[in-house]
Amino acid sequence: MSAVSITEPSRRAKWVAGILVTLYAAVTLMPLLWIFATGFKSGPDSIAYPPKVVFEPSLAGYVNLFTTQTRLGAEAFAALPPPETWYDRIVRDQGMVIAGPSRFGERYLNSVIIGFGSTFLSVVLGVLAAYAFSRFRVPLKDDLMFFILSTRMMPPIAVAIPIYLMYRQLGLSDTHLGMILLYTAVNMSLAVWLLKGFIDEIPREYEEAALIDGYTRFQAFRKVVLPQAATGIAATAIFCLIFAWNEYAFAVLLTSGTAQTAPPFIPTILAVGGGIDWPAVAAAATLFLLPVMIFTILLRKHLLRGITFGAVRK
Amino acid sequence: MSDPPATRPAAAMPPAAAGRIRGLSDRAIAWIFVAPTIFLLLAINIFPLLWTIRLSFTNYAANKPNAELKWVGLRNYQRILTDEDTWANMQATAHFLIWTLVFQVVLGFALAWLINRRFRGNDLLTTLIVLPMMLSPAVVGNFWTFLYQPQIGLINYVVEAVSGVPASSFSMLGPGGWAPWAIVIVDTWMWTPFVMLICLAGLRSIPDYIYEAAEIDRASKWRQFWTITVPMVLPFLMLAVLFRGIENFKMFDLVVLLTGGGPGSETLLASIELKREAFEKWRTGYSSAYAIILFVTVFGLASVYVKALNRVKER
Repeated sequence: MSAVSITEPSRRAKWVAGILVTLYAAVTLMPLLWIFATGFKSGPDSIAYPPKVVFEPSLAGYVNLFTTQTRLGAEAFAALPPPETWYDRIVRDQGMVIAGPSRFGERYLNSVIIGFGSTFLSVVLGVLAAYAFSRFRVPLKDDLMFFILSTRMMPPIAVAIPIYLMYRQLGLSDTHLGMILLYTAVNMSLAVWLLKGFIDEIPREYEEAALIDGYTRFQAFRKVVLPQAATGIAATAIFCLIFAWNEYAFAVLLTSGTAQTAPPFIPTILAVGGGIDWPAVAAAATLFLLPVMIFTILLRKHLLRGITFGAVRK
Repeated sequence: MSDPPATRPAAAMPPAAAGRIRGLSDRAIAWIFVAPTIFLLLAINIFPLLWTIRLSFTNYAANKPNAELKWVGLRNYQRILTDEDTWANMQATAHFLIWTLVFQVVLGFALAWLINRRFRGNDLLTTLIVLPMMLSPAVVGNFWTFLYQPQIGLINYVVEAVSGVPASSFSMLGPGGWAPWAIVIVDTWMWTPFVMLICLAGLRSIPDYIYEAAEIDRASKWRQFWTITVPMVLPFLMLAVLFRGIENFKMFDLVVLLTGGGPGSETLLASIELKREAFEKWRTGYSSAYAIILFVTVFGLASVYVKALNRVKER
């Protein structure tokens, strides 16, 4: 193939590109590596200047994240029995004792419940609507599709005002159900648009053959279309999950306790003496961001489609 | 996933009528499938929107639900549009919007152009580069305040190491005029990969034979870039700008955790101001009007832009 030689970049061009992109990647990953590293620093190391690149790893940040602590008087502190566990010892080294578990576990669990709950609902509703939009003549189809998309253009705070009032009246404020319904509604635009794209790609002939074989329309949907769309459904689900997982504006305005998710909680993590406990914040951020990074790597083939609501497909 | 109402009509039909009925039941299924979505959106988007419109003509305050509700006509709108602070907020929003778009377009396109040379390992690097954009803006923004600390932060340290400007002599988030740029930097860090991915799709959609033809015509690389690459990628780039533009006009989470609108009101973007009015000062009626103005602005700008985008696509 002589044509390749014309359009294929020269070896030097490739080298230059490779080096520049590697440099960019190194710079862009620095803050993420810094979060990860700070989580394993001791309090003093985390605020040392110049910033410490080499340090003695410590689990203090993680222990502080998951516990609440109190300070005892010098005598009472000296009279304590020796620490029983490794995390007791870390806390004791800071001159504190563990008073109980912190709220981080609950908040994280709330993120999981609300994330999975809303994702499940979005995907179920989304796949039904997307199938109908893809296969049937729905009146005003284009208008409805655009309407669904336009719900995404509202600034979240603008939606939050009436939702706040509505939820207060319905008793949905600060409840899991309320947040699940809200995130489902926000995710519908993404779910319907993405899934319609995936279902459009499944040849109609498969269903038509199934219908001729005596399947009802619904059976054809369930036994032919759904299995074919499985990859698309999974990708859509992960995008919905990531949105719900990352969401902050609604969470901070509409939840305060029972249903508070991790994003509004993490910035409020303070050290016992006051001030921000950066290693604990970094530990929380690491635990919170890591699942999304893994999902991103799993999703890399569908990433483009997901972030453009299906407008760009590779 | 069983939905009895959808199966029952079809199953109960005598086989002879099935052909005709199948069309009918298709329609029923279409409605049954679409209805829950529409219902949910009506309940959680449209009804609240109508409610907001109604509230925007009142002096309602959500922290005093029992106070007397007065209709104030268009006074909320009038006050917002004639308030100089509103224009200051709009300017802050425009500054953020324009500069993030400029940096993201330039960097994103450049990166895509380099990655498109298909050097070894480009897939892996692409995956690493896109990581920031998938993360929670709130958590990331919160951590960037640590990186921006004047005394101990990594950013100031790097600036000192590179330029010799003492690290403690400036504060990215404090007074001194850097804050509007600090938020632009973090947003650019997060979202450049978004523009990059879309540009990359554009670059990869250009068939090789166009370049081959240009090569035969002895067009210089420079000319090929401006007459083939740029025009072919433009619709993709414009789409990326549309998405980023809408998102950054609504920007709340990242910036509120970085600066909270400060120092003073230097980074008080429209949606942060909206949050203050609605949930700190509890001027619900006033902030409803503000919300409607913002929504109409986004919607109007986006519609004009989409028209332009379609014109570019048709060429």
